[in-house]
Amino acid sequence: MTTPARTRKKESHPLELAKCATGIAGFDEITFGGVPRGRPTLVCGSAGCGKTLFGLEFLVRGARDYGEPGVCISFEEPAADLEANVRSLGFDLVALQKKKKLVIDYIQIEKDRIAETGEYDLEGLFVRIGYAIDSVKAKRVLLDTPEALFAGLSDEGTLRSELRRLFNWLKAKGVTAVITGEQGEGKITRHGLEEYVSDCVVLLDQRVDHSVVTRRLRIMKYRGSRHGTNEYPFLIDEQGFSVLPVTSVGLAHAVFDERISSGIPGLDEMLGGKGYFRGSSVLVTGTAGSGKTSVAASFVAAACERGEPALYFSFEESPDQLVRNMRSVGMNLDRWRKQGQLFVRAARPSAFGLEMHLVQIHQLIRDIHPRVVVMDPISSLLGDGADHEVKTMVLRMVDHLKHAGATALFTAMVDDPGLETTDINLSSLVDTWIQLKNVETDGERNRLIQVLKSRGMAHSNQVREFNLSAKGIHLNPVYLGSGGVLTGSARVLREAQERALDAARQEELQRKHNLIQRGLRTLETQIHALQAEKEAQEHELALMGTQESSHRATLNAERQTLSISRQEPGSKPNGTSNKAGSKRV
Amino acid sequence: MKNGTAKAKTPKKEMAYDLRLYVAGQTPRSLHAFSNLKRICDEHLAGRYRIQIIDLLENPKLAKGDQILAIPTLVRTIPKPARKIIGDLSNTDRVLVGLDIRPAGSWDGQ
Repeated sequence: MTTPARTRKKESHPLELAKCATGIAGFDEITFGGVPRGRPTLVCGSAGCGKTLFGLEFLVRGARDYGEPGVCISFEEPAADLEANVRSLGFDLVALQKKKKLVIDYIQIEKDRIAETGEYDLEGLFVRIGYAIDSVKAKRVLLDTPEALFAGLSDEGTLRSELRRLFNWLKAKGVTAVITGEQGEGKITRHGLEEYVSDCVVLLDQRVDHSVVTRRLRIMKYRGSRHGTNEYPFLIDEQGFSVLPVTSVGLAHAVFDERISSGIPGLDEMLGGKGYFRGSSVLVTGTAGSGKTSVAASFVAAACERGEPALYFSFEESPDQLVRNMRSVGMNLDRWRKQGQLFVRAARPSAFGLEMHLVQIHQLIRDIHPRVVVMDPISSLLGDGADHEVKTMVLRMVDHLKHAGATALFTAMVDDPGLETTDINLSSLVDTWIQLKNVETDGERNRLIQVLKSRGMAHSNQVREFNLSAKGIHLNPVYLGSGGVLTGSARVLREAQERALDAARQEELQRKHNLIQRGLRTLETQIHALQAEKEAQEHELALMGTQESSHRATLNAERQTLSISRQEPGSKPNGTSNKAGSKRV
Repeated sequence: MKNGTAKAKTPKKEMAYDLRLYVAGQTPRSLHAFSNLKRICDEHLAGRYRIQIIDLLENPKLAKGDQILAIPTLVRTIPKPARKIIGDLSNTDRVLVGLDIRPAGSWDGQ
């Protein structure tokens, strides 16, 4: 009766089991801490899928990074072979053994030299493992793979009970063990090791898909712990084992208000005058040869100019080819590469599986911490017939970049420029979508650029033409003709027409100006003439006045002279003479 | 039972058979194996053998040299090549075949 209540109590207060970090990139993330501490973990898979490497890395990382010495009990390969196999991964097993941090014991089973008679147990194996553990105070043990015992010893019943005893004994010793097992037909392991190791089972898988090998890892079982249940792609490269923790990405990434230049002044202008948001994702789509790479490279060059580390994934061109091609549009990417600011990673999409690409991308982002990441073009990663799972993985990758706070620019090839969609429906995930188009008019192809969307900013609705020249990318002003936007020669023609029109207007203006000027001058001349006439007349008038007065004066004078001369005798009585005179008149 | 207890019984001359019996503590199975071995050797190799007993609980590092897994294990070091027989040695015929004292299939039960 109390059992259900107890179970519920356990669930409501989940006591997370003690874990042992493996140090394997990504694995500790999907298991939320690593393998169960002090318990055995079964790692199984088919031949060549990396079981031994998983186990060895678990030991080496433990000894090197976590201060936990380890013991490797190898049933299949001699110590020297193991040492040689992992030396290329930077794991120096010899040095670790010298430093007493690792013991490798090769257990050789030669069936043809062994006869069996009567009962036996595997106490000898216990003694050897126990001795190895005690000699370095080991905390980690790898058994690779105890299934080989089944091939060497015929008493299966004894073997099974001894293996069960062995795993319990390891648990009692408190060591964290990794036990590898070969995958059997219809079973997890060929000899059913999973019956004895039931705390944590990890399945490694290697598949050939479209003649490309992809490796995946799955946590099949993890008693008492939550864990990622998906299949995770993993990779074995020069740094060891790497699991891509694709699902450990949420929507909780930080957002930035900061704006960063696209590297193209005209495009910045179209994006509200300031460029992209930091931490956003930008999609540049276009047909072949529409200038996607140039737009992407401009963005990277601008980032380097600001002193930010940048990462460029080129899936179509080699780094040198990219540098040379971008030099033709006035960008010196080589300088940034030499300064270590720009990292160009080129790989053919078909070189290996998508998972491998994603894991590599993941590693580079982790190691370089770029502020700006370009994938050119992301569409080629998908190839033909990419299944849904793969698409989802790419989307998660995009999300991961956002999470890392890197501004990402993806280019994607589209076949039909009229179609405003992308193969993988990236459009819903990106913040800014720039479309490049090649239009053919009047026997020439010209480039157009437009912003289809840009979240959170005012952006231009114009379609603009851009030119690629030795000076870089230049956006031209828009001319609208009867058939839409004028581009190329049509635009140049229109510009010339406008210039001619303008000149004609100027000329006309000048002409009118001159005409009026001339009229004014005529009027002025007329004014002058009239003025002169007026003055002449006035002069004449004045002259007439003087003549008159002088005439009168002369007349008076003559009259006086005359009267004087007439009235000589009776000049005294003036009045009388007048009367007389008048009488006479 | 101690390491080298059987040595004293063997004469000091070149031994035709040099045998090592690996055990881990004095378990009934180990004691059984030793008595079986002793009996077989006395019957078939009287005076031509030497038995060395190695207790891995006392000398765990010796397990590696002869690639010991199962207990008890009998190792014939001389004559070469080395042969191993695991188990309590309860089947005399198989021990004799295993030690190459008697060829397989001959003398059976006679």
